[in-house]
Amino acid sequence: MISISLNNEPKQIAENTLLSDALMQWGFGETKIAVAINGEFVPRSTYNERQLCNRDQVDIVKPVGGG
Amino acid sequence: MSYIPTLPAKDFTLYGETFSSRFLLGTALYASPQLMRDSIIQSRAEIVTLGLRRQNPADRSGDAIWQFIQESGCRLLPNTAGCKSVKEAVTLAEMSREIFNTDWIKLEVVGDDYNLQPDPFGLVEASDILIKKGFKVLPYCTDDLILCRRLVEVGCQVLMPWGAPIGTGQGLLNRYNLLTLRERIKDVPMIIDAGLGAPSQATEAMEMGFDGILLNTAVAKAHNPPLMAEAFADAIDAGRKAYKAGLMQKRQTASPSTPTIGQPFWHQK
Repeated sequence: MISISLNNEPKQIAENTLLSDALMQWGFGETKIAVAINGEFVPRSTYNERQLCNRDQVDIVKPVGGG
Repeated sequence: MSYIPTLPAKDFTLYGETFSSRFLLGTALYASPQLMRDSIIQSRAEIVTLGLRRQNPADRSGDAIWQFIQESGCRLLPNTAGCKSVKEAVTLAEMSREIFNTDWIKLEVVGDDYNLQPDPFGLVEASDILIKKGFKVLPYCTDDLILCRRLVEVGCQVLMPWGAPIGTGQGLLNRYNLLTLRERIKDVPMIIDAGLGAPSQATEAMEMGFDGILLNTAVAKAHNPPLMAEAFADAIDAGRKAYKAGLMQKRQTASPSTPTIGQPFWHQK
């Protein structure tokens, strides 16, 4: 297992997990989201290629009202 | 010849897109999603702002807001609210482009937590990066002339100077700077963004020649938000018409409007 941060919350996940699989595990499968890892935007087209690494900081955002 | 326009003129162009309404409305802070929806309708806005935030996947509270925004048919203008660095703003803009399928971005780079004043240096740098990445940047900026020139130089085709700090409702705090901006940068659409609290302030900004108004709190925090949205829409239309009609020059001395010739009861002494 590796330790990552998901939206600033600590999480454990199996080593070499793909981002696409992690999103399903975390319940984001059907939702409209965008992802950044370690402050860098991760395009949706690469979710199947991006493996999570120890200490990755994952940010997942959804639409909200804004001014 | 009729002097009464039947439809609002479709003469408000931003990045090549033309709009009838000069009112851009924010979608935050409403007491309910229904009030937000009704306010958008009453505002007659064709552009709404929105944001992105971390959310638990189980939290569906934002879904109704998002659904209503989509149903409104308005053009989406996502923001980078809360970003304090160029890197944060650029990353959030890229996330917005993917999620909302638009290259329009209301760019905010916050320079100070107390008054949420835009960081002018970060704003120019982030605008430059984003425009090179194909974004259409609408920067939330201060009323500083040189900053606005720099933003235009890096490719911003719209400027959004503040009237006052976000959420303060203070109105147009620096009329001198704003008038100077309008006078010195005539060919770039300028939208007064943030700080307005009353429709009369929006009218004043439009009378000064600004091209549009973006606000959120003044509507969302009104006792009756949809009615306030309508009041702002009417005020913005009134101000635009007044600007186009041309305001009279102020004078120090009184001048009678009713003819003095033929004044009754007057006798030469």
